[in-house]
Amino acid sequence: MNLQVNGQWCEVRAADLAAALAELGFADAVLATAVNGQFVPAPERATATLAEGDRVEILAPMQGG
Amino acid sequence: MFTLYDVPVRSRLLLGTARYPSPMILTEAVQASGTEVVTVSLRREAAGERAGQAFWSLVRELGVRVLPNTAGCHTVKEAVTTAHMAREVFGTRWVKLEVIGEEDTLQPDVFGLVEAARILCAEEFEVFPYTTEDLTVAERLLAAGCRVLMPWGSPIGSGHGLNNLFGLKALRARFAQVPLIIDAGIGVPSHAAQALELGFDAVLINTAVSQAADPARMAGAFAQAVAAGREAFLAGPIEPRDMAVPSSPVVGTALLS
Repeated sequence: MNLQVNGQWCEVRAADLAAALAELGFADAVLATAVNGQFVPAPERATATLAEGDRVEILAPMQGG
Repeated sequence: MFTLYDVPVRSRLLLGTARYPSPMILTEAVQASGTEVVTVSLRREAAGERAGQAFWSLVRELGVRVLPNTAGCHTVKEAVTTAHMAREVFGTRWVKLEVIGEEDTLQPDVFGLVEAARILCAEEFEVFPYTTEDLTVAERLLAAGCRVLMPWGSPIGSGHGLNNLFGLKALRARFAQVPLIIDAGIGVPSHAAQALELGFDAVLINTAVSQAADPARMAGAFAQAVAAGREAFLAGPIEPRDMAVPSSPVVGTALLS
């Protein structure tokens, strides 16, 4: 299915968020996720099913003021 | 020593981690500043680059406490969601709450700020709200559950120092027991010293250090200014006056005309 990952369209085979993260190369990364603007806590990623067109945000620690 | 949400903090200089020429210079600046608290943010991670992972291991090696911000958020929902994400990633209840209201000045949207603070405090976040010197807003933030306030000195990154001395003094006087950290607008160490001389508990600096020609050296200069300003506050500065007062004794002046 096609997802908007961090603003970019991409095709993903995975059906849930945890699998999608692994597929996209984020398996062991320190990050936080949101789907369609809603925060998805790490323990809930495996049960967070994705649908065509979902907006997935994958955020990581970054420099800040 | 002062406390931020029951955490004792010795250094009154908090440092931002953005806009340094390199990670190594950031490390040197943090060390030179003697800071115990650095601000961090959350941004989109690219799978190939993994810039965030590298940054996070660097910050952990610094051995300082992190204060995640909600920079870039313009709505209550964005700020609250970012706070939730930051709590998970950074493993802290601390959040520097920013709800930006105006693009040119990055002035906080104080209405959204109070609302977001209320939501987050109810969820047991420990909120550091980036606010103005407005007394009523401060009152509302404290009523929402905030136990620290971060009033701006002047717009973020502007380097103008303390723009509204009257307002900031009034804020300090009105909330004598609340830790107040001047956040934003500090340009040079004398601005930081001035904030501490006025009795503010600490300052948060980023651009003034990271964009200096020699950030580590500037970080050291700020550390000295903050220490001097605090000492001066404790020593009790004199009140300014309009007329001259001779400092040498008048009695015993020789008649030499």
